[in-house]
Amino acid sequence: MTAMLEPISELKLEGITKRFPGVLACDGISLQVRRGEVLALVGENGAGKTTLMNIIMGLYRPDSGSLFVNGEEVHFRTPGDAYARGIGMVHQHFMLVPNMTVAENLALGLKQLHHFMWLDIKGAARRIREVSERYELPVNPDAYIWQLSVGEQQRVELVKTLCLGARLLILDEPTSALTPQETDDLIERLQRMASELAIIFISHKLNEVKALSDRVSILRHGAVVFNGHTVNHEPAELAALMTGHEVTLPRNEGTGRPGKPLLSVKNLCVRGDRGNLVLDGLNLELRAGEILGVAGVSGNGQRELADTLAGLRAVESGEILFEGQNLANCSPRAIIDAGMGYVPEDRQTEGIVPSFSVKDNFILKDFASQQFSKLSFLRRREIDRHADQLKAGFDIRCPSTSTATGALSGGNIQKVILAREIARGPKALVAVYPTRGIDMGAQEFIHSQLLDHRRKGVGIVLISEELEEVMNLSDRIAVIYKGKILKTLPAVEATRERLGILMAGLTDTDSPPEPAASALPSAGAVHE
Amino acid sequence: MNKQRIIFGGAVILAVSLVAALVVALVLFSIGASPLETYKTILMGPLSDVFGVTEVLVRAVPLLLVGLGIAISFRSGILNIGAEGQIQMGVLASTAVALALPGLPKGILLPLVLLAGALGGALWGGIAGWLRARLQVNEILSTVMLNYIAVQVHTFFLRGPMLDPNELETGSGTPQSMRLPEAAIMDYIVPGTRLHTGLILALVAALLVYVLLWKTTLGYRMRAAGAGAKAARYAGIPVERYLVIAMLLAGGFAGLAGAVEVTGVHHRAIEGISSGYGFAGIVVALFGMLHPGGIIPSSIFFGILLIGADMTQRSAGVPANMVLVLQGVIILAIVSAQSFLRNSYAQARLFRWWSGFKPKKGAQP
Ligand SMILES: Nc1ncnc2c1ncn2[C@@H]1O[C@H](COP(=O)(O)OP(=O)(O)OP(=O)(O)O)[C@@H](O)[C@H]1O
Ligand SMILES: [Mg+2]
Repeated sequence: MTAMLEPISELKLEGITKRFPGVLACDGISLQVRRGEVLALVGENGAGKTTLMNIIMGLYRPDSGSLFVNGEEVHFRTPGDAYARGIGMVHQHFMLVPNMTVAENLALGLKQLHHFMWLDIKGAARRIREVSERYELPVNPDAYIWQLSVGEQQRVELVKTLCLGARLLILDEPTSALTPQETDDLIERLQRMASELAIIFISHKLNEVKALSDRVSILRHGAVVFNGHTVNHEPAELAALMTGHEVTLPRNEGTGRPGKPLLSVKNLCVRGDRGNLVLDGLNLELRAGEILGVAGVSGNGQRELADTLAGLRAVESGEILFEGQNLANCSPRAIIDAGMGYVPEDRQTEGIVPSFSVKDNFILKDFASQQFSKLSFLRRREIDRHADQLKAGFDIRCPSTSTATGALSGGNIQKVILAREIARGPKALVAVYPTRGIDMGAQEFIHSQLLDHRRKGVGIVLISEELEEVMNLSDRIAVIYKGKILKTLPAVEATRERLGILMAGLTDTDSPPEPAASALPSAGAVHE
Repeated sequence: MNKQRIIFGGAVILAVSLVAALVVALVLFSIGASPLETYKTILMGPLSDVFGVTEVLVRAVPLLLVGLGIAISFRSGILNIGAEGQIQMGVLASTAVALALPGLPKGILLPLVLLAGALGGALWGGIAGWLRARLQVNEILSTVMLNYIAVQVHTFFLRGPMLDPNELETGSGTPQSMRLPEAAIMDYIVPGTRLHTGLILALVAALLVYVLLWKTTLGYRMRAAGAGAKAARYAGIPVERYLVIAMLLAGGFAGLAGAVEVTGVHHRAIEGISSGYGFAGIVVALFGMLHPGGIIPSSIFFGILLIGADMTQRSAGVPANMVLVLQGVIILAIVSAQSFLRNSYAQARLFRWWSGFKPKKGAQP
């Protein structure tokens, strides 16, 4: 079927409009992308980027407006229709079946491989090898998905999309879950592929946009507010255009008045989901009024450390002393009551109840407090007032605080969680990837909130893969490697290179290898 | 916004029932009955006189009580298929208490009997809840199995220890208990009919369940555990505990339904007393969108269906079991319509269409 039609050389959108209850998600959007070109689509959280892409893929029907492929109007009803015209999308959340191999995952989506009572897995593997050689995307067709790292899964998604015949690739925040190294790698590969394909690239990281794209379009409140050629614009300028004001990511100026010790973790040993020791004698100390960055390649125990601090994972041995009280193996409730806040990694399932309204999610930890309940009856009026206050204070974009939280854009969900955790006034806060998938404006806001609370004496453990973020915000940086803290150094002494070496598991005394040249201009460009 | 959602839900449910009715009409047609006549008898027959109306309400009472319990459990993320067994345990417990304490005055005995029924059901539901919370036993499996056990326990008691001594002497051997003492029997609301005060009890219960689920911290906890177990756990809610509580409550309501049937309708424990209310209650709850405000009308609707089915059997010669077919089709249709019900986008669209494409106010990001 793909062969019948000429390959896609141009996609044009005209006046695409789409409403959701109370929200105009896309407001008369017109765009165009041709083969050999990378169009970057940027915009604040909730600007309508994902919605627009879902419309292109036939997942949503637009309320009005039309799509043209090679100048001919098309109506896609399913993603299958879009694929038939050579348009494919890699969603932000991977759509792979973990306990199947790469080839089996491809076979799921490729009708040509389905013969009567027989599935051509070998054919799938062959296709994968062809495509992965042609585009230099190394992928092993026989590997099981669960064995692969996030970066490798991303590559599988790309290969799968290409195998399905896509010549126009839509990549919705492909780098938000990747480590810096994987990101560099992906950008480099995409640069090489760009000449043969058309790519629509969505990202909140403007340095990536700068590195990869030819043209950039900015969405605000569902409308295109800017079109331009990337070469002519600096990331900082794009950020300003996107948010409507200059974005300067705040930095930790380090007033250097270390508070009293707040949290000290001693010889912590914790088992992971597969029964192996993922934290193996970890030591950590957090003082009041400081931000302790935990840097490391993902999968070295960050997730387990955060979960253990929140009481969600059994401690095998060791202590978690919080203001002198041992919290190891206490219930989550006891830990919350002791004054710990937690911004978990997976905002959709761990941070919020998606079907609950925004205001109900604001009280997820405090519904039983005197403020929000009386004699175990909820005080609705107070809950509403509180919700309106947080919505305004944290600039959460939602039609009303009665909207189901799951319907908000990713960035706004993150703001809901942060608003809740910060407004609770914790003594210590554990934040895991707090700005993943968040736009520049919101990032600026969240960073200044974190710094604000640091000044007020809150101790913050910041777990992040964004070295820039860790270096900007932290007082001290602890590098985690294979379940241990390899080294803790003051932020002023940290450089990208030095952290990179430590994160690879080499201590400073080893001779430093050649610092790998980054494919990206330093993200620091934004706040210069 | 909320009002819209309810109207939308109602409209979808109505459309679903129409589709279900059409499907069943085809079935009726194929067995040679007139669908129109049958539906007319089913829907109009029961409402044509006072007696019919009261009979409908008599059926609606246990359906409502069971449906409320089902709504609590489903909202808390646990699928209770065991109301049937819980009803029977409620029947046994309430009958036992009534027969054991015949001397008590009505003001004490009747509440005690109802409480015993609720506790009996709660125990049976609680077992499934505990198995799920402690040992991760799938609650569908455990509640269905507990149903089988309950049937046998029920039969054993009615044929053995609780069998009416009169039956032994005079001989028909019908497996049933002795008649309850007067002090354990509910009053009638409308003289000359079987409509008893259990109706008021059930309506009050519906109000209480609404308050419980949406106005109290306990309800908040249970709904959070049901709608997002992981997030609830992260927020410090011990999810497992609320699963057990939800099952205790769900079983309690089913057990109460059993006690109400004993004290209000049959005045003794008999075999087959639950007559499928446990399963029909699931349909009632789903049909009522798991909300007391919906479950009340839905229980009455199913009461009409049950009585109407009896009437068609007599007048139109259509087997009463057709109502079971209708119920089955309705379940399938509702479950299929669930995704549509949750689709707030379709909802907004319907209302825009309704209001003639007037741009809605407050359409701000
Ligand atoms: N299924 C839906 N139902 C209701 N509203 C929705 C739905 N999907 C998106 N929205 C709303 O539409 C708007 C645009 O959302 P969209 O996900 O497209 O934003 P985005 O630009 O991708 O943001 P982000 O950068 O955070 O991913 C948001 O206000 C969001 O709340
Ligand atoms: Mg998005």
